[in-house]
Amino acid sequence: MLELLSYGDSGWGDEIIAGLSVTLSLALATLPFGLLAGFFIALAQNSQDATLRAAANIYTTVFRGLPELLTLFIVFYGLPLFLNAVYGLFHPAPDLQINNFLAGMLALGTVFSAYAAEVFQSAFRGIAKGQYEAGTSLGLSWIRTMRFVIVPQLLRLALPGLSNLWLILLKETALVSAIGLPDLLRQTGIAARVSKEAFLFFGVACLFYLLLSILSSFAIGYIERFTQRGEKI
Amino acid sequence: MNHSAHSTYIARDKIFTAARLLGVFLLFLWALLAASAAYAVVSDYATYGKYFATFLRGAGTTLLLVGISLLIGAVLSLPLALARNSNTLLPRFLAYCYVYFFRGTPLIAQTFLVYYGFGGFREFFSTVHLWWLFRDPFYCALLVFSLNTAAYQAEILRGAIASVPRGQTEAGRAMGLSPLMIFFKITLPQALIIALRPYGNEIIIMIKGSAIASIITVFDLMGETRRTFSRTFDYNTYLLAALMYLVMVETLRRVWVKLEQRLTRHLLR
Repeated sequence: MLELLSYGDSGWGDEIIAGLSVTLSLALATLPFGLLAGFFIALAQNSQDATLRAAANIYTTVFRGLPELLTLFIVFYGLPLFLNAVYGLFHPAPDLQINNFLAGMLALGTVFSAYAAEVFQSAFRGIAKGQYEAGTSLGLSWIRTMRFVIVPQLLRLALPGLSNLWLILLKETALVSAIGLPDLLRQTGIAARVSKEAFLFFGVACLFYLLLSILSSFAIGYIERFTQRGEKI
Repeated sequence: MNHSAHSTYIARDKIFTAARLLGVFLLFLWALLAASAAYAVVSDYATYGKYFATFLRGAGTTLLLVGISLLIGAVLSLPLALARNSNTLLPRFLAYCYVYFFRGTPLIAQTFLVYYGFGGFREFFSTVHLWWLFRDPFYCALLVFSLNTAAYQAEILRGAIASVPRGQTEAGRAMGLSPLMIFFKITLPQALIIALRPYGNEIIIMIKGSAIASIITVFDLMGETRRTFSRTFDYNTYLLAALMYLVMVETLRRVWVKLEQRLTRHLLR
């Protein structure tokens, strides 16, 4: 049984580790994109303009209401259609392909950003109006007020919600195996089919996901202490 | 809120701010998407009517799957939550491991573990007459979803029970009620009201998560959609399914808000 999991030609260890790295890099690549998009959507939801608020609210309602798997398929099949339609305006026979990794990243990032926007929005509510006014009275521009006054506090307030979303994201990356990306679950699935030891390999996959969540919990604890360093007396 | 007082002043003066332009543009994009999907459906009414009937059947399967799993999960979650709150180490540890496993691994991996993994023990399950359960994808999905939501519901319930003030239990004891009576007549009803909102979220998460069942060939809403798409390569099938999921989730969310208002009306001051 151990031979099946060994590293090298006789075992599946190297394939599984390669899958693990795809899973991790997908989650890590999605995170900054999702965070940034979520932040701007939260800004739009807080905007004074009703049309912008409405557009942002439709976005969060739609992508928080759709199954992640469906969003993934919509992006995976829809994006090439859309890109080819646009490209077709300039080119007679458009044939653009979309990378699985990119499709997975876009789909997961879209869902992540919709949830992150809600987290950011409730964090925005925790920041007193006086903080903005203090920034303005110091002569800071809007961008600088954001950068030096608001965002550092916002991150502290949003961190519990965001770390929850990160743990969810790690698990959701498993869905990309459905569009053929060789992530942890797909690699263990191939190993399971070839070796006929499905329980062993899917068990190993589950253990790796558990390991990732445990490691993330440690990292989150560290970041939490970092953002709260100004709170200590 | 996020604008300085200065830009607020400008926003009142101008009719076309950058925010307004962006908002109108984005709303236009949403409207365009909705209109193009609506046009496709109206222009080929007969075909999409047929799809819609199929998808409704799929949605029925989805609701059945989710409904039964939630009920089984609710039954399982009570002893789990009690074990998590127990003073004895062993049940507390076992319940913790159970909850940690189901919350720490992806639902899709759990589904594969049971559907494909348990298939390897066919002879054993045949001898204990349980093979019918692990052979059928619907029953497998039902089993996994029930166990999964039991873990999440146990955490909801545990938190809710812990947040009922201790004075309530003490009052019950002062009145001479038995511990069982105190739990079922005093603690649990108050805990369930606190748990109402997270329960609503859990139902929505389950409706969305149940799309995973389509990967092990259960023909729920997602499964019917994938089958139709694989035959027709018609992209609008996915948009139609998206609309149906949205209607299900939004309806439930709104009903749940009303329900919560109704059930907590004695708490409003």
